[in-house]
Amino acid sequence: MSEKNKYQEVAYYPGCALEGSGHAYNRSTKALGKALGLKLKEVDNWNCCGAMEVKNIDPKLQTYLSSRVMSIAANDMGHEVVMAPCNGCYHNLKRAEYDMSKDTATIDVVNKLSGKAGHKAYQAGQVESIHALDWIKKGVGEDALKKKIRNSLEGIKVANYYGCMYTRPRHIFPEKDQGGDSESTSKPHYMDDLLAAAGAENVDFPLKTACCGGAHTLSDSETSTRLVANILQAAEAAGAEVIATECPTCHSGLEMHQIRAEKTLGIKTSVKILYFTQLLGLALGLKPRKVGIQENVSDSRAFLRERGLA
Amino acid sequence: MPIHEKSLIRPENILSHEKLEVDGVDVSGHWSTFIQDRVVTDYNENMEDEIAALPGGEHIHRCWQCGSCTNACTVNALNPDFNPRYWIYLIRQGMESELLRDKDIIWQCVSCHKCTHVCPRDVVPEGVMKATAHWLELKGHRPKSHSMIFDEVFSEQVFETGKIEDGRVIRGFFKRTGQALTQDWMVEMVKKVVSKLPVSLMTRMGMSALIRPRTRHWGPAREAIREYVDEQKQRERAALGLNELVAQAAAEARSAGAKQESSHV
Repeated sequence: MSEKNKYQEVAYYPGCALEGSGHAYNRSTKALGKALGLKLKEVDNWNCCGAMEVKNIDPKLQTYLSSRVMSIAANDMGHEVVMAPCNGCYHNLKRAEYDMSKDTATIDVVNKLSGKAGHKAYQAGQVESIHALDWIKKGVGEDALKKKIRNSLEGIKVANYYGCMYTRPRHIFPEKDQGGDSESTSKPHYMDDLLAAAGAENVDFPLKTACCGGAHTLSDSETSTRLVANILQAAEAAGAEVIATECPTCHSGLEMHQIRAEKTLGIKTSVKILYFTQLLGLALGLKPRKVGIQENVSDSRAFLRERGLA
Repeated sequence: MPIHEKSLIRPENILSHEKLEVDGVDVSGHWSTFIQDRVVTDYNENMEDEIAALPGGEHIHRCWQCGSCTNACTVNALNPDFNPRYWIYLIRQGMESELLRDKDIIWQCVSCHKCTHVCPRDVVPEGVMKATAHWLELKGHRPKSHSMIFDEVFSEQVFETGKIEDGRVIRGFFKRTGQALTQDWMVEMVKKVVSKLPVSLMTRMGMSALIRPRTRHWGPAREAIREYVDEQKQRERAALGLNELVAQAAAEARSAGAKQESSHV
């Protein structure tokens, strides 16, 4: 199989958030795949990857949870690529791959738990885990994407926000920072590349990989609100009208703390918050409802109508 | 001054005379500022091993104090007292009383992984922060943080059903921390969602509140995970000497009770 074909039909791991607060991301990812002729096969009977919480109880347990998902994709479904749109899921699959390739204590725990749970234990290297950004970038590419744009994002100023989990820590992403067109962990550009191909004007946004405080969004809301307010204000200062997101935790964190920052800090911002899949979907000519615009808390409907995208 | 000696320049450790003359030279006021001499004797020699025995703390011994973690830290930018490098130094030195001064902020690590990203020795400072927060709570130095309660509510749901449902986690968290669900910004958010009347969204949320999302045939995995968690808890208790601590506290309570009784006679 050629490199490109490999990404055209992948195992799809939506994860818990995409069935709940991040449903707009799920809807827009599926719609985007359909519009671009990419096939998604949802991982059978998947489980939670452990998110940002289980590792604090025990990192090996988190690796077990993530490894079960990869094991099903590889051993039961025969896939070689698993795609996760959620940064948390993606990060955990990568982390699990890393630990399963070198940490014998973790491998022992995963083998033991998998045996007791009655499924094959995952072995390092069985699948390649990718993000939705890799999926579009490698499965379609900018040139082919450009040809399918029916509703250019021209004139829309976008701040691309990647968050923490997509690039850090660098050692769990061995394919990044390899020069050429590979992704960068310090200045990621895949989302910029795709949105530019759809006509958007990417602003120079210094907080691409800043933290939104998502892990403590409820347990330490003061901190999260201050971190989000920084991100929103920096985006506006850079001239952005829209922040494009690629993670359900970041996305709902930005939406929720945009409201909270106004209430508790008196910081009012009006920058719109949209998943990059929603922006790409609209550019491909999909209806706002098809990409779940109505499911966002941040209300961008008037803005999109004004710009001829809805 | 190296960050790890900052305890020396705290106001209570500084001596300054308003009027002082030394060898005919007037050194009144700040000219006579001295750091009080002291000898640190209250080391806790077990602290590093105990924290290293908790999940995430395993690699603390690799630290060479370069300070990259603190330099990169998200929380440090908001609060300069949040200082991973300093805490790692204190733990390795066994300076427990110094560490305890910051016991109420260590749990605030947001797991952004900036420290782990830049650490040249693979100490995994983020993991060390979690292990230290855990240690402080297990040793009874502070009550469980909201962050720890959230992690527990979340993880229990994953262990139970294989999946989580946002609403259930949020309700469980607010209930266990005794907070009202009707905070004004939350009400505002719900209003925003409802105002757009996305019927499918409301229906889906209603459905998942009624039917818990769960992984099928999860039973054997649940049992295996519970068994593993119990084993780990036992191992951690042993590493931290918690059983001895509890036995000691019980013995002290008994002898205090006996004394009280004999004084009554």
